[in-house]
Amino acid sequence: MKTLGRIWVIPAVLVVWELITRALDDTDFPPPTTIVSSMYELWFSGPASRLFLTDGAIDNILPSLGRMFGGWLIAAVLGVVLGVLLGRSRVATDYVDALIEFGRAVPPPLLVPFFLVLFHAGLATQLATIVFGVIWPVLLNSIDGAKSVDRTYTETATVFGLSRMQRLRVVVIPAASPKIFAGLRLSLSLALILMVLAELFGSTDGIGYQLLQAQRSFETPAVWATIALLGLLGYLVNSLFVLAERRVLTWHRHANRLT
Amino acid sequence: MTRARLLRGAAGAAGFLIAGELFLRFGLSEGLEFPAPSVVLYEAARLVADGAFLDGVLTTLVNWAVGLLIAAAVAVPVGVLLGALPPVERAIRPLLEFLRPIPSVAIIPLAILLIPVDEMMKVSVIVYASVWPILINTLYGMQDVDPLAKESLRSFGFGPLSVLGRVSLPSAAPFVMTGIRIATGIALILAVSAELLAGGASGIGVYVIQASSGNRTDLILAATFWAGIFGLLANLGMVTAERRLFHWHRMRTGASES
Repeated sequence: MKTLGRIWVIPAVLVVWELITRALDDTDFPPPTTIVSSMYELWFSGPASRLFLTDGAIDNILPSLGRMFGGWLIAAVLGVVLGVLLGRSRVATDYVDALIEFGRAVPPPLLVPFFLVLFHAGLATQLATIVFGVIWPVLLNSIDGAKSVDRTYTETATVFGLSRMQRLRVVVIPAASPKIFAGLRLSLSLALILMVLAELFGSTDGIGYQLLQAQRSFETPAVWATIALLGLLGYLVNSLFVLAERRVLTWHRHANRLT
Repeated sequence: MTRARLLRGAAGAAGFLIAGELFLRFGLSEGLEFPAPSVVLYEAARLVADGAFLDGVLTTLVNWAVGLLIAAAVAVPVGVLLGALPPVERAIRPLLEFLRPIPSVAIIPLAILLIPVDEMMKVSVIVYASVWPILINTLYGMQDVDPLAKESLRSFGFGPLSVLGRVSLPSAAPFVMTGIRIATGIALILAVSAELLAGGASGIGVYVIQASSGNRTDLILAATFWAGIFGLLANLGMVTAERRLFHWHRMRTGASES
């Protein structure tokens, strides 16, 4: 009931939107019901044995998700490993600081044409775009997290005779994980944006490709439907990540509550 | 201390460029069209005298600035208003939570269909994407206001508007600034994305498309280099402004992150 009381505004807005768009009767602004039925036709009217997914959904949504998570995972592994190693050494961080600041400031879309010339249209270009675009938050947060590990922890680990690698694995990475997770979450939502971007240029399937096709053939309801689908995916992916983060970092919240 | 850091940063960048140069000249097979850093930097220096590129830079920077200004002019008052009226904020919040995850780049094809005027389409897309971080941070700042300070002013007989002007706004201002800084980066990304997708008469993105149609990876990277410099300068400027204007905030919260 309480959540119902909180989200009443969404159905209210949808009803108002429906009424206004029906009154306007402008093909550029289809009513929400048209958008939803377009979503249903495009992706969710398949057989029950396939969770109601259509061929269009399987041929486009799945590759998109694969690219997004693939690129994100590559960036996550690279970012965390490099970041934790760099963060343990103040001098090393100083050396790469300027490079990282510059890399982060480069707008990733401009590199898509570059990757297209280099790798041609395909998976390599898409992954390169996503990895370059999303690695920065992970890298910076991992550096920051590893840098600000409580000295007592690392010194205790040294006293107990843990090797350098063990110290990283047992002490530094767990202690830095709240920051690392914050970076990972940010880059996951960036990965969705860059996945769409990569697919808008020279892709032959994917949600971004469908979006481009719909725009080129002036199918406005399909464009709205694709945007709604992407919003839904963004919401789902973020919620799932928050859930996972909570499970992994339970100890962190407990530890904080105790102190 | 900072001098040593600057020197190390410069040494790191130089080392990276030299390593890249050596690797690309001697280490890599010839099939790949990856231009060496020296070639890119040379082209980047030549772009400064290239009229077409300068036109493009001007177009992109103007769109970027106008989009950001409009976004701030919309998002800050709305954020302050919502922050000052908690019941309305609670009602609107779920709507924001549903709109925010929509990837901003996906809006571009829709904007191309809906807004026939090219410049207006590009600015609108920038505004749409920049509004979110500013709005969210403003809301966050308004919620972070010290209740004790508000209550004290109220008990001294100040009206709600005075409380807003004397306590809430100054207290939320650093958060607003952070939101604008985040939006600056996003706005540049959207500005070039819109140019890449929709083309147009001029712009950094338009220049890059032209360079890529001739397979000139050196020119693409040279233009990208300048875009990165602009992004970096904008971010540095914002960080410095934040430090100057709100040094009291950093002292109060003890925040050290930039």
